[in-house]
Amino acid sequence: MKKILLAATAALLAAGVSFGASAADKLKVGFIYLGPIGDLGWTYQHDLGRLAMLKELGDKVETTYLENVSEGPDSERSIEQLARAGNKLIFTTSFGYMEPTLKVAKKYPNVHFEHATGYKRDKNVSTYSGRFYQGRYIQGIIAGKVSKTGVLGYIGSFPIPEVISGINATMLAAQTINPNIKVKIIWVNTWFDPGKEADAAKALIDQGADVIMQHTDSPAAMQVAAERGKLAFGQDSEMIKFGPKTQLTSIMNNWGPYYTKRVKAELDGTWSSNDEWDGLKEKMLVMAPYLNMPDDVKKLAEDTEAAIVAGTLHPFKCPITAQDGKEVECKGGKNLDDGQILGMNFYVKGIDDKIPGK
Amino acid sequence: MQLVLEKRAERSTTIALVSPLIAIGLTLITMSILFAILGKNPISALGVYFIDPLTDSYSLQEIAVKATPLVMIAIGLSFCYLANAWNIGAEGQFLIGAVCGSWLAVKTHGTDAGYWVLPAMLLLGAIGGALYALIPAICKVRFGASEILTSLMLVYVADLLLDYLVRGPWRDPKGFNFPTTAEFDPVATVPILIEGGRLHLGAVITLLVVVAGAVLLGKTIKGFEIRVVGAAPRAARFGGFNSNQLILLTFAISGALAGMAGIIEVAGPVGHLQPGISPGYGFTAIIVAFLGRLNPVGILIAGLFLALTFIGGEQAQIAMKIPLDVTKVFQGILLFYVLACDSLILYRFRLISSSPKVSSGAA
Repeated sequence: MKKILLAATAALLAAGVSFGASAADKLKVGFIYLGPIGDLGWTYQHDLGRLAMLKELGDKVETTYLENVSEGPDSERSIEQLARAGNKLIFTTSFGYMEPTLKVAKKYPNVHFEHATGYKRDKNVSTYSGRFYQGRYIQGIIAGKVSKTGVLGYIGSFPIPEVISGINATMLAAQTINPNIKVKIIWVNTWFDPGKEADAAKALIDQGADVIMQHTDSPAAMQVAAERGKLAFGQDSEMIKFGPKTQLTSIMNNWGPYYTKRVKAELDGTWSSNDEWDGLKEKMLVMAPYLNMPDDVKKLAEDTEAAIVAGTLHPFKCPITAQDGKEVECKGGKNLDDGQILGMNFYVKGIDDKIPGK
Repeated sequence: MQLVLEKRAERSTTIALVSPLIAIGLTLITMSILFAILGKNPISALGVYFIDPLTDSYSLQEIAVKATPLVMIAIGLSFCYLANAWNIGAEGQFLIGAVCGSWLAVKTHGTDAGYWVLPAMLLLGAIGGALYALIPAICKVRFGASEILTSLMLVYVADLLLDYLVRGPWRDPKGFNFPTTAEFDPVATVPILIEGGRLHLGAVITLLVVVAGAVLLGKTIKGFEIRVVGAAPRAARFGGFNSNQLILLTFAISGALAGMAGIIEVAGPVGHLQPGISPGYGFTAIIVAFLGRLNPVGILIAGLFLALTFIGGEQAQIAMKIPLDVTKVFQGILLFYVLACDSLILYRFRLISSSPKVSSGAA
C-alpha cells in the first residue's frame, strides 16, 4: 500500500513538473464565460473571438477558459483561480462580473483584466464593448421599410442603457421612413431563456407586430417568427439557419480583432487600462447578409451601413426629442456624446411605453 | 448459482460506517476510467481534484467559503428530515433571509450607522427565513397541505420578490439600471478572517451551528422528540409528543438557518443584493444533508467534501482543460454510489445454489 502511494506521489510530481515546463514560456490568457460555449449567442461569439486570436498568436499564447460561471458568489473565485494559475491577461465577458473583477484586480496588481460591457475601471482593469446601437439603427431603417402593419415587436432583456439606446436608435431610424411607426416592447428580464423569449415573440405578434427584434441571446424568437410567417432580426450571432426565410440581418459581435489587439499589447508590454467602445468601423460589430427584403431596401441598408462606417451618419444626431416632448441636450456638438449614450435612460418621442422602474 | 439481494435481520452497523468509504473508492475508480477515456492521466487528474486544493491556504479558504452556506442550510434541513417534515424550499428561505437582511443594509446605506448593523442584519435574515418556512409548516399542520409542494413553490415566489426589489425600489441609483443594489457599507459586511483571502466570519458561525446542532439533537429532550416523531410516529403519539408543534419547530429552525446563510452570503462574498445570489445552494444542501446522514458532524464533512469537488473541478478545468461537465458527472456518480452502497446497510448479497427441484419446476 505504501509503495503504491509513493509511486502515485512520484507520478503526480512528474506530471506537475512536465506540465509546468511546457506552459512556462507562453503568455497565459484567461477567459470567463457566462454561458456554455455552445449557447450559439453571446458566449459562443466570445469563444470565436478567443479562437480567432489564437489563430494569429497561438504560438505565443496559451488560453484557458471557464464556462458557465454564474454571476453570483462563484465568479470572484473563478476569476481569482485564473489569476492564481498564472494568467497575465484575463477577459471577464459579462456585465455581472464587474465587482468581482475589480476585487480580484486589487489583489493581483500585476495581472491585467478586461471586463466586457462594464463601466468601472482601474489601473489594471479595462472595459470594452460594442456600439450595438449602430447596428440597431440599420435594423430600424430596414424595419421601417418592410413592416406592413407599422408595428415593431421588441424583446428587451434588462432596461439598462445599452438596451434602451438600442430601442431608441431603432425608432429614430424607423421614423425617418415611417413617422407613425409604433413599437411594442416586452421585457423578459433575462439574457437567455428560450421559453420566455418565444412567449414574448408570440405575444408581440398577437399584438400586431410583423417585424420581431430582440436584445436577448437565443434563436427562439426567430423560430416563432418563422412559424408565423413574420420577419425578424437575429442577435449576437448568425441565426439564418433558424429562419432562412425570416432573418433580415443580424448584429454579430466580433470580438476577435479586439482580443488579438489586446493580447498583442500584452505581449509587447504596452498594455494599459483603457475604455474601448468600437462599432461597425472597427468591425467589432458585423452585420449578417441582408436577406429576405426587396433590393431597394437592401441598397438602403448597405448605404446606411457605409455612412455610419464613414462617420457621415450618427444614429443619435441632434436634435433629438425625448418622449416627454422636450429636446435632449446635445453634449457632443452635432450628436449626443458617448456619455449620454452609455447612460441613456429615456425613450425618444414616438415610443408609447414606460421604462420599467422609472 | 444465483446472486440475490436479501433483507438483513437488522441494520449492519459495520456497513453503515464503511459504506461511504466504499462509495468514494468506487467513485475514484470510475473517475479514473473516465479520465483515461478522455486521454488524461488519471493519477494527476485525481491529484488536481482532491490533493492540490488541500495543499494551499487559498484553496482551503475557498473550500470553507463554498461549504459555509451548504453546511448551515443542511443542518437545518436535517432537523426537518429527522422529524419526517419535508422542507424542500430551503432555497426560498435562503433568498428571503438575504432579502430581509439586505433591507437594513439598503436603508442604512450612506448613513453613519454603527457596528450594530451587521448583527441586526443576521438576526433579520434568520427571522425572515424562519417566518417564510413557517408558511408551508402552518399549511401542513392546519390544512394538511403537502409541505413538499408548498415549500418548493414558495422558492419561486421568493425568487421573483428578490427580482422585483433589485429591479425596482432597491436598485442602485448610480448603477445604470442594472438589477443590483449598491455595494453594502463596511459596517454591513461580514468581516474577512484572513487578510487577502475570502474566509469570512460566516465559517465560524457555521461551526458554532454544527456544535449547537449536535448538542440539540444528541443531548436534549427536544432532540429526542424530533428523532422519535420521525422514526416512530406511533410511539411518539403514545409518548405524548406533539408532532404538529415539532413540525412547526423544525421548519422554523431550518428556515432560520437557511435565511442566515442567505444574508451571510450576500453580506459576505457577494457584497450586494442581486438576482442569482444562489447557484442552487438550497437544493444542493439537501444532498449534503443526506450524504452526511442527517448528522451535524457528518454534514460538516459532506459539505466540505462537496465543496472540494467544486474547487477541484474548477482547478481541473484550468490546469488540465477537463470540461466543467466532468465535475457534474463526478458529483452524480458519487451520489449514485452512496445510495447504492447504503442499500447494503439493510440488504446483503447472497449466493444461492439453485436446487435441482426448483430448476426442473421452472423448466
